[in-house]
Amino acid sequence: MNKSTGKLLSLMLGMTLLLSACGGGSSNNASGGSDNAGASDQPSSSASAPSESTQDTLILGRGGDSVSLDGSIVTDGESLKIVHQVFDSLLEYKEGTTEVEPALAEKWEISADGLTYTFTLRQGVKFHDGTDFNADAVVFNFNRWSDPNSEYKFEGDSFDYYDSMFGPDGARVIKNVTAKDDHTVVFTLNQPQAPFLQNLAMTCFGIASPAAIKEKKENFKNEPVGTGPFVFKEWKRNDSITLEKNPNYWKEGLPKLNKVIVRSIPDNSARFNALQNGEIDLMEDVNPDDLTLLEANTSLQKIERPPFNVAYIGFNTKKKPFDDPKVRVALNYAVNKQGLIDAFFAGQAKPAVNPMPPTLWGYNDQIQDYTYDLDKAKQLLSDAGYPDGLPGEYTFYAMPVSRPYMPDGKKVAEAIQADFAKIGVKVNIESPEWATYLDDTKAGEKDDLYMLGWTGDNGDPDNFIYTLLDKDAIPGNNRGFYVNENLHNILVEAQKEIDQNKRSDLYKQAQTIIHDDAPWIPLVYTTPILAAKANLKGFIPNPTGTEYYSSVYFE
Amino acid sequence: MNSYVLKRIFVLIPVLVGMTLIVFSIIHAIPGDPAETILGQKATEQSKEALREQLGLDKPWLQQYFMYVGDLLKGDLGESIRTKVPIAKEITPYLAATLELTFTAMLFALIIGINAGILSAWKQNSWFDYAAMLLALIGISMPIFWLGLMEQWLFSIKLHWLPSIGRMDQRNPLETQTGLYVLDAIIQGKWDQLWIVIKHLILPSIALGTIPMAVIARMTRSSMLEVMKSDYIRTARSKGLPQFLVVYKHALKNAFIPVLTVVGLQTGSLLGGAVLTETIFAWPGVGRYLYDAISYRDYPVIQTGILIIAFIFVVINLIVDLLYAAIDRRIKYR
Repeated sequence: MNKSTGKLLSLMLGMTLLLSACGGGSSNNASGGSDNAGASDQPSSSASAPSESTQDTLILGRGGDSVSLDGSIVTDGESLKIVHQVFDSLLEYKEGTTEVEPALAEKWEISADGLTYTFTLRQGVKFHDGTDFNADAVVFNFNRWSDPNSEYKFEGDSFDYYDSMFGPDGARVIKNVTAKDDHTVVFTLNQPQAPFLQNLAMTCFGIASPAAIKEKKENFKNEPVGTGPFVFKEWKRNDSITLEKNPNYWKEGLPKLNKVIVRSIPDNSARFNALQNGEIDLMEDVNPDDLTLLEANTSLQKIERPPFNVAYIGFNTKKKPFDDPKVRVALNYAVNKQGLIDAFFAGQAKPAVNPMPPTLWGYNDQIQDYTYDLDKAKQLLSDAGYPDGLPGEYTFYAMPVSRPYMPDGKKVAEAIQADFAKIGVKVNIESPEWATYLDDTKAGEKDDLYMLGWTGDNGDPDNFIYTLLDKDAIPGNNRGFYVNENLHNILVEAQKEIDQNKRSDLYKQAQTIIHDDAPWIPLVYTTPILAAKANLKGFIPNPTGTEYYSSVYFE
Repeated sequence: MNSYVLKRIFVLIPVLVGMTLIVFSIIHAIPGDPAETILGQKATEQSKEALREQLGLDKPWLQQYFMYVGDLLKGDLGESIRTKVPIAKEITPYLAATLELTFTAMLFALIIGINAGILSAWKQNSWFDYAAMLLALIGISMPIFWLGLMEQWLFSIKLHWLPSIGRMDQRNPLETQTGLYVLDAIIQGKWDQLWIVIKHLILPSIALGTIPMAVIARMTRSSMLEVMKSDYIRTARSKGLPQFLVVYKHALKNAFIPVLTVVGLQTGSLLGGAVLTETIFAWPGVGRYLYDAISYRDYPVIQTGILIIAFIFVVINLIVDLLYAAIDRRIKYR
């Protein structure tokens, strides 16, 4: 008995000593000399040392993983970023802008009444699985999205973007899509839609290989097949997605990279550390706190994505006293936007005035923002019948996650809470986890005020104002349950109007109504910051947050 | 001895049954229709009906439970709602990643913790003792988040010794068979890759292992001090045995039992508590897999994940108990 325990113990002791010796040895190795240190610098040296100028793999670090790789069933940016590499739409946005350009459709004709669009398709394009891209493929995809009983709509899936851009079942904008010949597709509309081409260019309307959908069925969302610059290779969930060059890509000379690996690294600071250490080449969402480090580092470059978003506080207008515009205007006067920008955005933002960013056409620059003025706020509350501030306490939902338009929702909410307290408005901040947060605000039962934001999907004001503030967006993105019939009429009219100048006027009117009604406190328009190795070239950030990696290369 | 082992294993049965009952109740404990809970509010009545039938939700509760356990026994852990992939298949790589990290972290905690504890007790009230116990105190109160970022800053960015994230150099990936990269590299005889894998393990293991290391060090020290006072140690010393042998052989043997308990408990909590480490070091492990499942309300995955972690916890406890008996034969199951 004693012998065996003795053996066990001496074995453990021996192992302990052996392993601690190993541990010591390895740390000696590491500190033993600069040559060793260099050798252990595997991640960066293997990246740059052996082939200084011919690096052909891009490793991108981002905060979250994709949900699905079938772009038509998702609405989240992280999914669409990958979808954008694998699929092409009929039209696309010119790099760095939201200007529409031909893509799979080479040219198009619009009938005088705005109801018929005839697209001539690019010839000789093949899907990654080798099948031909043609008019039938386009028809197949659009039928899949519009037919609620399509056999290629799988359990639990819904084509949310199709419904939101082209109207829900029963009120579809697109009447039908037909193949005139192998490379001509005709879209017939039920009613004119001004942003129709703008919508078609969205990533979510990328054309998928019908053969692959038929064959893979549900699994298509894990193994996407399109015509895009990169071919899907592998998806390790929560870890990385690997894409490889499409050698038959229809754009001459592209893509320049051989391989793209997109890694999810949830923590912004850890991601920045990985970039500094050479383990990734490009990263999204730099923490405002890390900006000074980034700017001081000569081996890195800072990339600014054009501001195309808005962060805001919404009032739950279903609830008292936020159904009263006077109260909402009063609270608008109690938020120090510039103070928030200096404290939490490292200056990388502008105070928001309207529900859409000034970079978008139709922006109303005549509107004067409510200034930060606590006395005036108090006065207005008093005028609204609350001389001692608002009675009771209110629930203020602040985002638990970092978004491009809001790096730290809770801290911003705390600053606003303090200002509200000064005018006699007591709010309690709550931050349930993200899925619950979105559900709760959509239901509007628990929150009185909520913080949220929006990044534009396409270059149309409709995608901000109608999507976020029209009564049609209840329940959905209009989480304040704000209803204004006059606004609704203007927005619907703007959707049917084809003359852009007239539309622009309509959206300006809409912004005036919204400013007076104050369903929101618009907070900021941010400039999202990306960082990359200094020798990375050809990356053109797009306002929508989705860009091609096909023209990226390393010097 | 053998009867002890048998009895000990026999006791596991009610524990396992209790576990399955709790996990099974998760979905039923959530207010509302389980089918709607699983599929979300957007689901059509048709798909909810289909799911109810598939899960047997229309049957009596007890029958459902037996079906659930029956599936478990057949190795069917259900299917992820989000990816439609069988969970048993999907969870394996994450589990392997977490096991590898937990094991390395525990190894680090054991080696440093036990030796620091022994030396502190041996040289009680020396500068080493004070320093080690101060460090242990700091270690226990250190936020993993902060420690992880500091490690990255020092060893990756400043010194360029170690990679800061992931399990492997993505530009030069390793083919996996077991999912345990260290083992895979050894099986394939790829020594350069083994070195890279080990380097990826170092920083997260230290971050994850620091708290158990500190706990083990303190436990070992106090346990050793207790034992060192006893008569048989005095006898051993008076016989003129070398101090080293007295401490590492005679004293450690008896001091080790309480330490073993702590080790078991800590290993279990590491498994479940690795989420922060996995986040900072972009480690694709079970913690993040579960966290993700919670965000997307993938209930079958949450159920199974909890069940697996609980199961491993129980097994570790079993191993600890069996080790007690191996070290001290007086321990019996009453």
